[in-house]
Amino acid sequence: MIHFVLLISRQGKVRLTKWYSPYSQKERSKVIRELSGTILSRGPKLCNFVEWRGFKVVYKRYASLYFCMCINQEDNELEVLEIIHHYVEILDRYFGSVCELDLIFNFHKAYYILDEVLIAGELQESSKKTVARLVATQDSLVEAAKEEANSISNIIAQATK
Amino acid sequence: MYACSEAHPYIRALTPENHKIHRTLSVISSLSSTSASVKPNRTHSSPNPFLTSLQLQPPLPQNLPQISTHLLNFLIYLQSPHPNPIHNPQLTLQINLEQLKTIGRELALGSHGSNFSQSKEFLDLVKSIGEARSKSEEDRIVIREIETLKRRINDPDTPKRKMKEYIIRLVYIEMLGHDASFGYIHAVKMTHDDSLFLKRTGYLAVTLFLNEDHDLIILIVNTIQKDLKSDNYLVVCAALNACCKLINEETIPAVVQQVVDLLGHAKEAVRKKAVMVLHRFFQKSPGSVNHLVSNFQKRLSDNDPGVMGATLFPLYDLITIDVNPYKDLVASFVNILKQVAERRLPKTYDYHQTPAPFIQIKLLKILALLGSGDKKSSEQMYTVIGDIMRKSDTASNIGNAILYECICCISSIQPSPKLLETAADAIANFLKSDSHNLKYMGIDALGRLIQISPDIAEQHQLAVIDCLEDPDDTLKRKTFELLYKMTKSSNVEVIVDRMIDYMISINDNHYKTETASRCVELAEQFAPSNHWFIQTMNKVFQHAGDLVNPKVAHNLMRLIAEGFGEDDDTADSQLRMSAVESYLKIVDEPKLPSAFLQVICWVLGEYGTADGKYSASYISGKLCDVAEAHSSDDTVKAYAVTALMKVYCFEKAAGRKTSLLPECQSLLEELSASHSADLQQRAYEFRAILDLDANAIENIMPLDASCEDIEIDTSLSFLDNYVQKAIEQGAEPYITENERSGTLNISKIRNHNAYENSTHSLRFEAYEVPKPVVPTKIPSTVTYPTDLVPVTATVSEPSYQPSVQPTWPLVPVSDAGSALGSTELKLRLDGVQKKWGKPTYSSGASSSSTSNFELDRTTVNGATKPDTAISKPREPRQSHAEVSEEKQKLAASLFGGRTSRSEKKQSGKVSRTTNHGEDKVQSATVTVPVTTAVQAQPHPPDLLDLGEPVGDTSSYSSTVDPFKQLEGLLDLSQDFNATAAGTSNGPDLMSLYSDTDTNGNPNQNLNPVNGSVNPSKKPALLTKGPSLKDALDKDALVRQMGVNPTGQNPNLFSDLLG
Repeated sequence: MIHFVLLISRQGKVRLTKWYSPYSQKERSKVIRELSGTILSRGPKLCNFVEWRGFKVVYKRYASLYFCMCINQEDNELEVLEIIHHYVEILDRYFGSVCELDLIFNFHKAYYILDEVLIAGELQESSKKTVARLVATQDSLVEAAKEEANSISNIIAQATK
Repeated sequence: MYACSEAHPYIRALTPENHKIHRTLSVISSLSSTSASVKPNRTHSSPNPFLTSLQLQPPLPQNLPQISTHLLNFLIYLQSPHPNPIHNPQLTLQINLEQLKTIGRELALGSHGSNFSQSKEFLDLVKSIGEARSKSEEDRIVIREIETLKRRINDPDTPKRKMKEYIIRLVYIEMLGHDASFGYIHAVKMTHDDSLFLKRTGYLAVTLFLNEDHDLIILIVNTIQKDLKSDNYLVVCAALNACCKLINEETIPAVVQQVVDLLGHAKEAVRKKAVMVLHRFFQKSPGSVNHLVSNFQKRLSDNDPGVMGATLFPLYDLITIDVNPYKDLVASFVNILKQVAERRLPKTYDYHQTPAPFIQIKLLKILALLGSGDKKSSEQMYTVIGDIMRKSDTASNIGNAILYECICCISSIQPSPKLLETAADAIANFLKSDSHNLKYMGIDALGRLIQISPDIAEQHQLAVIDCLEDPDDTLKRKTFELLYKMTKSSNVEVIVDRMIDYMISINDNHYKTETASRCVELAEQFAPSNHWFIQTMNKVFQHAGDLVNPKVAHNLMRLIAEGFGEDDDTADSQLRMSAVESYLKIVDEPKLPSAFLQVICWVLGEYGTADGKYSASYISGKLCDVAEAHSSDDTVKAYAVTALMKVYCFEKAAGRKTSLLPECQSLLEELSASHSADLQQRAYEFRAILDLDANAIENIMPLDASCEDIEIDTSLSFLDNYVQKAIEQGAEPYITENERSGTLNISKIRNHNAYENSTHSLRFEAYEVPKPVVPTKIPSTVTYPTDLVPVTATVSEPSYQPSVQPTWPLVPVSDAGSALGSTELKLRLDGVQKKWGKPTYSSGASSSSTSNFELDRTTVNGATKPDTAISKPREPRQSHAEVSEEKQKLAASLFGGRTSRSEKKQSGKVSRTTNHGEDKVQSATVTVPVTTAVQAQPHPPDLLDLGEPVGDTSSYSSTVDPFKQLEGLLDLSQDFNATAAGTSNGPDLMSLYSDTDTNGNPNQNLNPVNGSVNPSKKPALLTKGPSLKDALDKDALVRQMGVNPTGQNPNLFSDLLG
């Protein structure tokens, strides 16, 4: 099971956090501090796993962004590495050549997508197409709702003039 | 636009490229106009990065930001192949790109304006935080932002759309580690909104903000209930997502029925999420969904592969808890796995050309559980596992993930010799790989496989030692774990020494503790001599004394007191004396951990003067020093005082003249006035005892009585007379606890824990009509202590619970028990005597079988035995000239010292300490008994299949599986192969190899296996070549594209240059 997902930039800035196991706010900052310390200082050729407090943290670097997932001792690290990659590929599809800035400014969208990929700390959907379709439907609905809201507010605005 | 003012200088600076940029723009715009008609068909190997990504774009109007992204892509693309010829081109390039990137992005975001979901304010916030130079500057910005948000959010006139943005800003602030709790309630309110647009944001924020035990959860449950009933499946999905995070044990009953109903929803996305939600519920409170098992099984045959894949998660958990009810599913799982491997699933589930790998891995995990110790089930799996291993693509990461999972599965189910062979080959490939990840997995897999066939480690000794000395800490730790698993009495010294060195070198307390307890465990199990044991324990305690479990210290004292040999008194006293001696040497060192000092004090007090080597005044002087040097540690002082007391008592009881040392006198005075009542009492007792005569003292403080049992009369029968007398005088008789419970409810305290979970839960249904209170005495076992319902009233449970109630308290209890068992330090004191004292086997039957095997083996090797004994340990050194001498030595001591315990038994206890030197000679004699003896442990006999003929089992010991014995033979032959292949194939070794082949193996059917070892090694070496070349090619390509290879797929993020 995945306990949490962290996206940390090379400078140690947090870009996204998702906690599937309960951690208090204090613990969260401690975890982030500890892990960014260990992971960011690791050399490029070392393995993508870090043993940490009886758990394992699998991380992968994409450009200047580190994707980290914390898993149980008995989980398959290579699989989690591919889950990370799976998520990144979906992000890439959605944003089109995703980059760190996409995730900074649209972090809520990254969250929505993550919610379609992982649920309750497990991989929910391994088909990229299915995820993409679902996210697109949600977006179109949101678009529609937005337009509706706009038109209503326009009407109200005109009426109150 | 604010971005433009910044943009100009850089664009000007790049004038030579300007025309290119313009051209790029026009190209892009022409592309984008056609992109709608281009079919999205993207492969990562596509040569044109931005053409392909453009094809991904949905409708045109949204394209603008992406177009600028691609503009940037292209700029980077243009730049990289011709790096600036000026000094330090790398740096200038970096800066330019960095700035360009920002400009492009901001252009995109700015021009997007109203379409972009956030306002400029938010962008400014993110930007300013991004530009903050220090943590304090960042904090200042965030605090200002919090102030703004507080003011605006609490303004009742804030329009909903604005509100949504504020909530997202709150999420951002919280993500940065600041407290945004003032806005939680607004996020909760947003989930109540009718429009999906706002609701989704609300749910997102709430799931990110709140833990399941937050007070606000109760306000959301109602909304979730309503949303689960919604007609819009997207609303249902959002609610289900929230369920996973927000619904806690208490609120599960409120939604569980609705979620179960959703299992039959028309949309597969909803079914899938419902399954996962139930899985989460099961993790939180197994009792709440126990009755749903059949639903999971039904979903396993869902039409949608996604739903089927999701069902595997709860099933895996259920099977982990109890395998038996699911044995009949083996065939279906195998069938599904086969279909998946044969690519029967839709293409969309393929991942990097591998068919549905994540589903395969989960299925393999389930099969591993189902096949464990079950021959019949295991046999059904052999074919499909073999197929998958053959098909898996070793060049890709995901292929290796599947391979690794197969190895795990193979090592868990009933072993199949053929599969073990394949697994060993796969491990060899992992270990040979250049990738640290694969090495790590290889070490892990090796650790699993050696539990079944211990000899496999032999072939990989050098690889393992390389990993042990690797600078990568993760790999090193994993290798230590492997060493821990393969420790035997022959290599325990080397391994534990290494582990202690490592333990001293690390700072991480968690792993220090773990390594320390592992050292202790190994030392207790395999210590070759008393002296070594004491030395090792000293080292562990010295460096990690305060980290190890206090129990370890107590066990050490007990071991010293009780000794290890069954009735060998001289050995015991030798052990004690060596302990005393080493402690006297150590005790003056500064900074000893408290736990270690306690052990030292106790041992010195108990045995310091026992053999008369040290005088009482010397020992007591040392003890006084300890008390003085650690004046702040009361526990140590208490131990020291009691030890002093013992020393003087033993002296006095023995009739020797004693006088208190002056420092001891002053210590006693100091402690008599101590703040600690415990210390005071000890001091006064000491004085009082000293005044008694020798006879009395001998009774109070008998010599070496720590091991004697103190009998405790729990019924307090010696008070019977007194009680009788009191009753005769009219006192009330004692009422037993059970009788009292009706009125006093003392049992409440005891039972509270067991029922806490079930009775503490909230109720979501109305109370029943109150019934007249019947004042009956309820037996303690059925009292429901609860805050909501009076104990005597009829307890009305929510409708789901009654069926669950009787079974459910057992679950957490047994869970806790097993968890406790696993976390507890495994100090098998009882086993130690057998394992350590004299290397004997626990049961007579197995030792007789091993001696049988010993005979077999000698006939097997026959004449070749002396040959191997001489040539084997030497040969590798000559051939592997490049491998350092030191490493070889280490390898020999780790792997070569394969003296079996049965040999030690023959050589007897005297030679036990000396035969370490002989290890090298004996190393060649690979004996099967070790294999069988070790194997017997992980598989208790009752797990073995019943289908075996009785005759078989009777001829060997009951714990020996004939299967494994066959394997033992196999491994033996394989072993020879390994050395033959591993070394330079010197002529004598080859002849030796053929020797064993012809006269060595009476079983003809083993020959094919032998034959297959060598060929299978060659492809393994070959496959490394092309993959390396591939990598180089890829690298070259990537460099040509001007992108640093940062991941496996360099095309991703190609627009971001670190």
